[in-house]
Amino acid sequence: MGTVVFDGVEAQKGYALNKMCYSFNRAENRARFLADEEAYCAEFGLTPQQREAVRRRDVLALIRAGGNVYYLAKLAGIFGLDVQDIGAQQTGMTLDAFKAKLIQAGG
Amino acid sequence: MARQVGVVCTSHVPAIGKAIARGLQQEPYWKPFFDGYHAVRGWLEKVRPDVVVLIYNDHGLNFFLDKLPTFALGAASQYRNADEGWGLPTIAPFPGDPRLSWHLIESLIEQEFDVTTCQEMLVDHAFAVPMQLLWPSGPPWPVRTVPVCINTVQHPLPSAHRCLGLGRALGRAIQAYDEDVNVLVLGTGGLSHQLDGERAGFINKEFDLLCLEKLIGEPEALTRYSNLELVELAGTQGIEILMWIAARATLSSSVAQVYRNYHIPISNTASGVLVMEPRHARSRAA
Repeated sequence: MGTVVFDGVEAQKGYALNKMCYSFNRAENRARFLADEEAYCAEFGLTPQQREAVRRRDVLALIRAGGNVYYLAKLAGIFGLDVQDIGAQQTGMTLDAFKAKLIQAGG
Repeated sequence: MARQVGVVCTSHVPAIGKAIARGLQQEPYWKPFFDGYHAVRGWLEKVRPDVVVLIYNDHGLNFFLDKLPTFALGAASQYRNADEGWGLPTIAPFPGDPRLSWHLIESLIEQEFDVTTCQEMLVDHAFAVPMQLLWPSGPPWPVRTVPVCINTVQHPLPSAHRCLGLGRALGRAIQAYDEDVNVLVLGTGGLSHQLDGERAGFINKEFDLLCLEKLIGEPEALTRYSNLELVELAGTQGIEILMWIAARATLSSSVAQVYRNYHIPISNTASGVLVMEPRHARSRAA
């Protein structure tokens, strides 16, 4: 149904990725990531799958690699993307179409 | 003895905090949402809470997956808001109430809710945004606070039945507090929304309206849903209805609705605010 339940299996699989994203609560870590993304990902021991998903800025792939959206939002924030931007990306819609869909839900 | 003046449940979407920071309350997108809080503030001026027990969920500010308590309770003299990584301005610290915190901790554990105690605790938008909505002139905040955090990050989450039980135990603990204070319980989150996956943008108005009805008259009815059913009906983050269930349950069975507002959408979320008070308070006021 287009939903991954973030349970113990996902939490183990995504630990390194989520830990890196959690580090982005600090501005200096966001700056370090932007300065050298490869080195920063290596420092947290991301798997090749996670590394590739980060490189492609692909939210669905990040979730498949064990990412939890609360932590991924901090990664998206580095690129100036909010939850509506990533909603549009995940559903394959334009941002305007995604926003219009939400307004339509009000009926 | 302490008196519980009522319960407020409200959405806590980060975009609300950004709109407050930018002064967008009168913009057409925001007005139907923010206008919903005038009546809430009018009621707060009447009941004058001294302290707020604030039931919310952390989104990866204070807690990470290394140590993730199911239920955590703050026991600090103040709670700091901090950078969450995506640009929401940080707001001034909130005063705590350690004496009430420890009373609640002792009472909850006696009632077999074995909460994690936190003498240091950062509070995220789920705490800060509702405080800004209820007291827009803050800081300084006119109330002391006690944070109660429920895990909604990593499944298994506590069931609706368990959250109802936590709320009831909290209500009993508040009633038994020996200080002459007015206590407000504030539950934050929801309503239906989903941020992740192909189903991002999911909203379920029908289910939200059902929840609003049941919360008033029959909150036990919501405990028939498993958390997976709640995810399906309300969205992965709509599971935050658990905080509303816990908050509602702090008042014993009969409550009156003082006010409600429901508005779609705020960002990706169906937003709501619901004010309830004990029926005896209502009849006394009438």
